[in-house]
Amino acid sequence: MQQLIGELMRTIDLAQSPLRELNEELHRQTDGSNEAQWEILNPRGGHAIAVGLDAPINVDVRGSVGYYCAGMNKKATVTVHGSAGPGVAENMMSGRVVIKGDASQYAGATGRGGLLVIEGNASSRCGISMKGIDIVVKGNIGHMSAFMAQSGHLVVLGDAGDALGDSIYEAKLFVRGKVKSLGADCIEKEMRPEHQEALTNLLKNAGIKDAKASEFRRYGSARKLYNFNIDNADAY
Amino acid sequence: MCGIVGLFLKNPKMEPQLGQLLSGMLSTMCERGPDSAGFAVYGSGTEGRSKITLQSATAAEDFAKLNASLAKDKKLDAKLTTKDTHAVLSVPSDKLDAVRALLSSDFPSIRIMATGENIEIYKEVGYPTEVAKRFDFAHMSGTHAIGHTRMATESAVTTLGAHPFSTGADECLVHNGSLSNHNSLRRELIRDGMKFNTENDTEVAASYLTWRMKQGMNLGEALEKSLDDLDGFFNFVVGTKEGFGVVRDPIACKPAVMAETDDYVAFGSEYRALAGLPGIDKAKVWEPEPSTVYFWQR
Repeated sequence: MQQLIGELMRTIDLAQSPLRELNEELHRQTDGSNEAQWEILNPRGGHAIAVGLDAPINVDVRGSVGYYCAGMNKKATVTVHGSAGPGVAENMMSGRVVIKGDASQYAGATGRGGLLVIEGNASSRCGISMKGIDIVVKGNIGHMSAFMAQSGHLVVLGDAGDALGDSIYEAKLFVRGKVKSLGADCIEKEMRPEHQEALTNLLKNAGIKDAKASEFRRYGSARKLYNFNIDNADAY
Repeated sequence: MCGIVGLFLKNPKMEPQLGQLLSGMLSTMCERGPDSAGFAVYGSGTEGRSKITLQSATAAEDFAKLNASLAKDKKLDAKLTTKDTHAVLSVPSDKLDAVRALLSSDFPSIRIMATGENIEIYKEVGYPTEVAKRFDFAHMSGTHAIGHTRMATESAVTTLGAHPFSTGADECLVHNGSLSNHNSLRRELIRDGMKFNTENDTEVAASYLTWRMKQGMNLGEALEKSLDDLDGFFNFVVGTKEGFGVVRDPIACKPAVMAETDDYVAFGSEYRALAGLPGIDKAKVWEPEPSTVYFWQR
């Protein structure tokens, strides 16, 4: 029976039916849903595809999406077989979002939980104001990533752009490649065994086999900007 | 907000489809700029002749009078083709100054939108698909074209405030963003002899590039320099007779995506604008980097 349920697949073609109908159908799904497999065709860069999901379903989007795909995601697994526009998985709560191509600016912004995997590059402001989400990027990330990042992990297998982790709080950043520059109050930190372990788990969860935790450097907050201090005025 | 689309064809066989492809791209960007729209098309030129694209709010009357006036002077050898509120005036290149003088003395209600050997610019207030239809954009052919849908922020919603802006022969520029130092820069450019038709920030950017190119820079160099001298948010897409350029400011908060195949280079504010292009599934698609000039020349 389990296997049978797994094989039930709903396919929705956005060239045939409107986005609102798709999102309403997806919102109707609940924890025990029989319709656990969804396939979305012809996204053609459309906005807000598969946003606000709140059920343990799998959604495969066949093509590239525009703004805010999989925003506010809870429990669901959303895979985009293409690239994503700005704000993918914004304010994600839990579940898993995988982008097979690249992601545009502010991927995973303000995310509170779950795992966002970007198999290509992410552009500027990746993980801005993240609050507990884990983000793994196989390629590079752009400037001002993890700005004011509060908690969670950002793992980058490639390089990071300018001003990484500017005004960061307690999020942990791991970068394998080069960091163009660090933002205000962001410093390189010691990679202790607990960080190696957390990173190894993140890489494993993201399905990455060709990178070892020992190849990464860790960055985080120097904790000098937490409270306003007139002596730090130059750093603001 | 604003929407930008641009298409630079590498494959001459696609030239008859230019208008059809770009008007399709423009139609996906209506929500980004429902106030007004415009487009520049680089079509075929005629050796020794130039084109002046004209616009008038009282087009029928003005263009009829202009035609009558031009017919009186056979030596001018001018041909006027009207399209809705616009008209393209073809004249021998050595008669350009004489025709310009005639226009400014006898036809104050006619505005010049562009001048050059290949460029034609059409822009109007209205919903982008309606504007494209009024000028039959879909049936225009050419080597490259740039379109814009406008959501006004820095100046009024008027025909002249719509994009593209052209401030030099065969040059045009469209903009998504807003400049914060346009007033001071406009004063400097005026001091140096540049002329302005509007209070619009984008016109200052276009004029700035023309000014730089008058100093001997090519478009790529002028764009590089704009990164030092312009303050604010901008994605610019620019056209010259043979070139097509893209630049984003260092913050790069305005969206941009590009695609390249053996047949074309395309720009869109969003991927939606590119989704209908032939061969897009196999194209190289990327987000242009901040502070980086992209420039193609045939």
